[in-house]
Amino acid sequence: MARLIVIGNGMAAHRLIDALTRADTAGVWHATAIGEEPRPAYDRVALSTYFDGATETDLALADLSGRAEIRTGERATAIDRAAKTVTTSAGAVLGYDALVLATGSAPFIPPVPGADLPGCHPYRTIDDLDAITASARTAATGAVIGGGLLGLEAANALRLLGLDTHVVELAPHLMPAQIDQGAAALLARMVADLGVTAHTGTATTAILPGPGGRAAALDLDGTSLPAQVVVFSAGIRPRDDLARAAGLDLGPRGGAAVDDACRTSDPAVYAIGECASHNGTVHGLLAPANAMADTVADRLLGGTAAFTGADSSTKLKLLGVDVASFGDAHGRTEGALDVVVNDAASRRYAKLVVSDDASTLLGGVLVGDATAYAALRPLVGRALPGDPLALISPAGADTAGPSALPDDAQICSCNAVTKGDLRAAIDGGAADVPALKAATCAGTSCGSCVPMLKTLLADAGVEQSTALCEHFTRSRAELMEIARATGITTFSELIARHGTGRGCDVCKPAVASILASLGNGHILAGEQAALQDTNDHFLANLQRNGTYSVVPRIPGGEITPDRLITIGEVARDFGLYTKITGGQRIDLLGARVEQLPAIWARLVDAGFESGHAYGKALRTVKSCVGTTWCRYGVQDSVTMAIDLELRYRGLRAPHKIKAAVSGCARECAEARSKDVGVIATDKGWNLYVGGNGGFTPRHARLLASDLDDTGLVRCIDRFLMFYIRTADRLQRTAAWLETLDGGLDRVRAVVVDDALGIAADLEADMAAHVAGYRDEWRGVLEDPDKLARFASFSNAPQAPDPTISFTTVRDQPVPAAPVHLGMPAAPART
Amino acid sequence: MTAPTTAPARPAAPAWVPACASHRLQPERGVAVLLPGGAQAALFRTHDGALYALDNTDPFTGAAVLSRGIVGDRAGEPTVASPMLKHRFALRTGASLDDPAVRLAAYPVREDGGRVYVGARPL
Ligand SMILES: Cc1cc2nc3c(=O)[nH]c(=O)nc-3n(C[C@H](O)[C@H](O)[C@H](O)COP(=O)(O)OP(=O)(O)OC[C@H]3O[C@@H](n4cnc5c(N)ncnc54)[C@H](O)[C@@H]3O)c2cc1C
Ligand code: SF4
Ligand code: FES
Repeated sequence: MARLIVIGNGMAAHRLIDALTRADTAGVWHATAIGEEPRPAYDRVALSTYFDGATETDLALADLSGRAEIRTGERATAIDRAAKTVTTSAGAVLGYDALVLATGSAPFIPPVPGADLPGCHPYRTIDDLDAITASARTAATGAVIGGGLLGLEAANALRLLGLDTHVVELAPHLMPAQIDQGAAALLARMVADLGVTAHTGTATTAILPGPGGRAAALDLDGTSLPAQVVVFSAGIRPRDDLARAAGLDLGPRGGAAVDDACRTSDPAVYAIGECASHNGTVHGLLAPANAMADTVADRLLGGTAAFTGADSSTKLKLLGVDVASFGDAHGRTEGALDVVVNDAASRRYAKLVVSDDASTLLGGVLVGDATAYAALRPLVGRALPGDPLALISPAGADTAGPSALPDDAQICSCNAVTKGDLRAAIDGGAADVPALKAATCAGTSCGSCVPMLKTLLADAGVEQSTALCEHFTRSRAELMEIARATGITTFSELIARHGTGRGCDVCKPAVASILASLGNGHILAGEQAALQDTNDHFLANLQRNGTYSVVPRIPGGEITPDRLITIGEVARDFGLYTKITGGQRIDLLGARVEQLPAIWARLVDAGFESGHAYGKALRTVKSCVGTTWCRYGVQDSVTMAIDLELRYRGLRAPHKIKAAVSGCARECAEARSKDVGVIATDKGWNLYVGGNGGFTPRHARLLASDLDDTGLVRCIDRFLMFYIRTADRLQRTAAWLETLDGGLDRVRAVVVDDALGIAADLEADMAAHVAGYRDEWRGVLEDPDKLARFASFSNAPQAPDPTISFTTVRDQPVPAAPVHLGMPAAPART
Repeated sequence: MTAPTTAPARPAAPAWVPACASHRLQPERGVAVLLPGGAQAALFRTHDGALYALDNTDPFTGAAVLSRGIVGDRAGEPTVASPMLKHRFALRTGASLDDPAVRLAAYPVREDGGRVYVGARPL
């Protein structure tokens, strides 16, 4: 096999190895990547989400260790082009047949006094972010030097870390490389609203040390600006030291000079990504890095692919503000004309750059609302589909769409996927966005093209049905709205007026849940009883042998010895199997239907309530012992967990809701794996949402920080009610956040900033829930009609089901029969 | 004195098993009925008043739970979905709607004098 060595294991290297090993079906190449970072390649573009709750695992890129040798924590120290070897910091000397430089770039550190003080950081790697986080722990103020794209991302990070944040930019306005002055003015205003102060046209002359020798302030040509954390984001420099030492040609502004094949002046050596200089330009974005990687992968396999420069379009969300820039954003083309909509009141700025005869789109800038970006960017260099002003007026986003584009137009610029590629994938059977992503990689990087993927699917006649089932053409969220608006309180009326047929096991429980969320009495009252699936019907969880489990609520996981003894006695007296659950309570298994009322009579007598383990409802609020016992605790996590559990108990939702409260950042309650995770801070509570365990684990992401008790409860009230109103059936909060247009930012806008003006309404709904809560099991025990349902047989109500029997394993009863090895597959549903 | 006169004739297994009072059988909510010999039927009333009884044992999992399933329809055909893994069965015939090779035994049902009866043996 021929030996390929890749120096650097960042995003370009990852793309190269992925593309090469996919295409190299004959096994021509054995690839080795040498990476200086202590971890395999990760998603640097998404680096800043680290401060929004993403973890190292979330940032990880596909694991390539099965397809190539990935050496981490090792630096390439020299290239010997004559011997064709690379020497590493671990002392290895590796021979190559082809070498690829993918060393990326390093942040430019301005040569000012004090730039090396403790507290000063670059912003490029996960290690940098960890170091910034550590510095911020003992700081109150922070400054970012550089007000470009990355600088604003870094400013947001400092803000999320709780620092009073300033941005210092030498140019007269923010983001000088991407946007014009009008757009920057709006951006500056919106950024100021978030509490970040921008100082433009300002030079940093020194970083001044404070006591202990760490950074304390910036010297801005005479005025001093307090800054205990300083982040450099004043541009990048290609890491070309190895290329230089090996005598390769360099570009005019550094970087290994490459041709259209991405080959350096040595035909056996290629360079890709931010360390390469193509036609004198070093590209600092992912799309060109990917395109170069694809070119080299093809060349290594004998192809003729060429890199011919790249689109530097970007769309970002900076500090919650949409910013997009594409094509000739500055109108540098001869005779170019600007068409501008600058609506300061509604915080929108949009500029299109068009050719002198106003027929061709050349580029543009959007700030405040960048929805039109996905549709406009592929039009660059093409005839305008209509009046340019109409394209950027608020209603105009729909006028331009992928429908009118030719097949060679690029829809996903990050991954160079054309409309033709996408159409072929749709013809090949890709029927939804995830399938299109898997087939073409489109939409897998920045995500801004996803709306276009949806439009293309719709254009191709692929129906994206949101129908609940064959009986309702509406989605759960729509039915919820209908029930709220019309006041319909029964399934019969809902299906008669808005559905067809008699319902099924999909729509009946879904409607039952909607009605329960709207507070329509006991779930077994009247007609509602017939809608519930068996768990809700018997207020217990069905097990594989037809018995049920019983889970009393133990708020916050706190329980007295007497209550523990009661649970033990009940289990012993009824012959139940007991197990501690992951939600800090106790599961009693093996109860027959006719035993449930007697078991619950004992539990209710001892003060227990239903734990709703059977319902799509709040399950538990786990907690650690917090300040009550723990040496590290900073808040009373147990009391908060109990308060939250008692507040939201019985709340019916599209799916189960799990929550947890940790008493400090050590996170012993694992709150970030929950739908609602609360973590104590010195100043109050941080609220994380959308976590999930199970099949697709997700870490919860930060929704709001340093809330006081009231603020926390208000935020959770609104969040849960917004989820209940808008989520799909059986959609956990994690999946809901992923499918919601605008995702977490949208939720933050609605829940924290009340962008829809519905916050008071959401809070009122929750207040009604809290006031209307009654223990469901007590309700059953007090009502002879409901009790009568707990019969094993209608003609022998107390006779045990003869098919149920137990054997003893580790001194406890477990199902003996029927013996089925594994569960058969559940039927497929369309 | 309690001298027996004639030994009672051993009664033949009844053809009809009383299941419950009519008013106990709610529309679209089943009950289980214990049959002589230990078999079980799942008895249902649909919204239009029609009565159906099927074997109570879910053939896919072996658990006797079909009476606790949700009653509804598929394209107008009345169905019950097993609470175990949501396999659906036609109430009229017992046929599985997920696997054509599977069919549940169906039992005769009659309603008389305010009571519902299930046949002791399947149809
Ligand atoms: C915070 C942040 C946000 C960004 N956002 C965007 C965005 O929104 N859109 C966009 O298009 N781009 C964005 N970028 C830029 C994008 O991440 C880069 O263009 C892309 O990562 C370039 O890939 P690369 O492989 O050339 O460099 P890198 O991903 O930096 O990889 C280079 C790797 O090589 C290693 N290395 C260097 N020298 C050696 C050596 N001698 N031996 C061993 N290993 C070595 C480095 O440690 C590094 O891990 C962002 C960058 C940052 C830092
Ligand atoms: S999360 Fe913090 S307060 Fe809670 S137990 Fe762990 S260390 Fe203690
Ligand atoms: S344009 Fe970025 S993922 Fe498609």
